[in-house]
Amino acid sequence: MSKLTISVRKFDAVIVGAGGAGLRAAIQLSEAGLKTAVLSKVFPTRSHTVAAQGGVSASLGNSEEDHWHWHMYDTVKGSDWLGDQDAIEYMCRKAPEAVVELEHFGMPFDRTDEGKIYQRPFGGHMSNFGEKPVRRACAAADRTGHAMLHALYQRNVRANTQFFVEWMALDLIRDAEGHVLGIIALEMETGDIVAFHAKATIFATGGAGRIYYSSTNAFINTGDGLGMAARAGIALEDMEFWQFHPTGVAGAGVLITEGVRGEGGILRNSDNERFMERYAPNAKDLASRDVVSRAMVTEINEGRGCGPHKDFVLLDITHLDPATIMKRLPGIREISIQFAGIDPIKAPIPVVPTCHYQMGGVPTNYHGQVVNADGTTVPGFYAAGEVACASVHGANRLGTNSLLDLLVFGKASGDSVVESVKKNAVAHKDLPADFADQTLARLNRLNTQKSGASVNETRLEMQRTMQKHCGVFRFKDMLEEGVRKICEVEKAVRLTEIGDKSNTWNTARVEALELDNLIEVAKSTMVSAEARKESRGAHVRDDAPDTAANPNGRDDEKWLKHSLWHRETNTLSYKPVTLTPLSVESIALKTRAY
Amino acid sequence: MEASEELNRLRWRCTRRAMLEMDLLLGGFLERRFSSLTPEQAQAFVVLADMEDLELWPLITGKRECENAVQAEVVAMLRDVRVK
Ligand SMILES: Cc1cc2nc3c(=O)[nH]c(=O)nc-3n(C[C@H](O)[C@H](O)[C@H](O)COP(=O)(O)OP(=O)(O)OC[C@H]3O[C@@H](n4cnc5c(N)ncnc54)[C@H](O)[C@@H]3O)c2cc1C
Repeated sequence: MSKLTISVRKFDAVIVGAGGAGLRAAIQLSEAGLKTAVLSKVFPTRSHTVAAQGGVSASLGNSEEDHWHWHMYDTVKGSDWLGDQDAIEYMCRKAPEAVVELEHFGMPFDRTDEGKIYQRPFGGHMSNFGEKPVRRACAAADRTGHAMLHALYQRNVRANTQFFVEWMALDLIRDAEGHVLGIIALEMETGDIVAFHAKATIFATGGAGRIYYSSTNAFINTGDGLGMAARAGIALEDMEFWQFHPTGVAGAGVLITEGVRGEGGILRNSDNERFMERYAPNAKDLASRDVVSRAMVTEINEGRGCGPHKDFVLLDITHLDPATIMKRLPGIREISIQFAGIDPIKAPIPVVPTCHYQMGGVPTNYHGQVVNADGTTVPGFYAAGEVACASVHGANRLGTNSLLDLLVFGKASGDSVVESVKKNAVAHKDLPADFADQTLARLNRLNTQKSGASVNETRLEMQRTMQKHCGVFRFKDMLEEGVRKICEVEKAVRLTEIGDKSNTWNTARVEALELDNLIEVAKSTMVSAEARKESRGAHVRDDAPDTAANPNGRDDEKWLKHSLWHRETNTLSYKPVTLTPLSVESIALKTRAY
Repeated sequence: MEASEELNRLRWRCTRRAMLEMDLLLGGFLERRFSSLTPEQAQAFVVLADMEDLELWPLITGKRECENAVQAEVVAMLRDVRVK
């Protein structure tokens, strides 16, 4: 990269991200005739939405009676009352329409004998306000996300959406009045830096699970949208809330399904003890996800972890009949051999609670418009999918609600853009003279850095810090030390050095730029978690235990509010949770128990 | 495109995949084994890396047959990449 120049291209709208959320939004824009650019780090159908297997929820009532209001109740309860009830009502009411629409786009859902969309039961889906399980999850075999992406992509091809594949967005363009005017991006093949000047910008960049050492997320989930938004002065909402899955393969993160414990798998510590008997005498290894995860972490923290670093426990199925393993759990044997180097018929699988999903993100309303800390909307800026916080997941996401989130809010954000751009048929607002300065300075710094830090080592240090200090189970002193440590790591991130300075396919540069985003996510998570002195949903603190006054450690009097992390000052502010739905009565606060 | 650029492009496509499983396998293979492949095997690997994850996984787990002998060799080596 000898000298940095920047060219400008004009579009009505630009969408960053071609996963489920970005593709759903793009359909609205392209079909309305807007000149739209969709950027993606990878070919659209390689987005991480592919990994979703479980399904997408909607109260179609195809197998038995169901109602959007029941779905809404489950979602509010699942969120531990931190979800905004207007957005949750909106999403649950729109769900049947969103799924049927997808069917019309060609999504090959599993079907009942009568040809309706088949629905299966899923954890947390209940009928009649928490009474009994209901079948609400719609799936396409075990490849729901894959099928969804293909259906949405085909629809976009039909609508002539213009894709920019293997382009990385680097920064938002925001003027002095706070209007968002597009983005600056890097074309990986050429190293060219291009400004996409647009009347509207939608972020659909997905999650950021790679801030943790152990994550089920693919490498692409580096939180670029969050980093870009934070650098542009947008406060990030509820970043302390991350969902963990109890059994990811230690070191690799690859998910081992709950089915393994269902078939009789046992968790053991370094003393070979079946420790779940102490934590959950009845349910034992089959206790709920958060209970199992916390027990595992307690064992590790008390020195009963396994391996040279004593940092995992063992999932043992060696007592099962090999024929059962081969028949009932074939995929698991392959995953274990491949990713733990262990044949589970002969030896137990090393596992750790593993980061899975980000509940927080860029704050939006249920129209997909990004909102400022003062509640006003950011002109020209929209977000949807895992990067956004509407907030429908609150403190804990309900399974299958994220695919629904991206369909409903992908479409809503698209509709908002169409309305805004068509209604105000105005010209593009001028780009400020210095619009690219910060980005170019960042790139220049990277190109000229001497005696700097290694990107890989710094990333690893960040991941280990997050895992140790801000994992499944959180401790006051660990969090405080974690804040200090992550600020140290941040200093190293500001000094990363790359050996390769070439222009074409410089993956070292891209990884350094991704780390710039990851660190914003990590820091916002640690700082928000340290500050929230209660337990709620996925945020569980040792010093906020279950008491009669505060069941499950939740403290509504002090903490029924959303966190907002401000990058510039590294401080937090808070905003109220919307407890008033759009048309029905508020779902009243209650202890979350299943 | 120079060889180093070609390799970088391949690295991106091997480590920014849809599924974590494939990032680990293909990325690990590229780092540890790719440089020792014959030109035919290298070409076969590029073809594999261009597949979608849900096409490639059945080849690796043996649920689907490889298209030719060279591909089968490379898939066998891929299967052999231990992540840990
Ligand atoms: C293993 C696993 C299983 C899951 N199973 C389910 C399930 O069964 N049901 C469910 O509801 N949810 C599930 N989830 C969660 C769900 O899959 C995700 O939340 C959802 O797919 C995210 O979609 P998205 O469109 O927001 O982002 P993604 O699909 O991740 O897409 C992000 C897009 O943004 C692009 N991008 C990112 N940064 C940049 C940048 N800087 N420049 C240009 N482009 C960029 C990427 O290239 C990509 O196209 C699962 C998650 C995991 C990890």
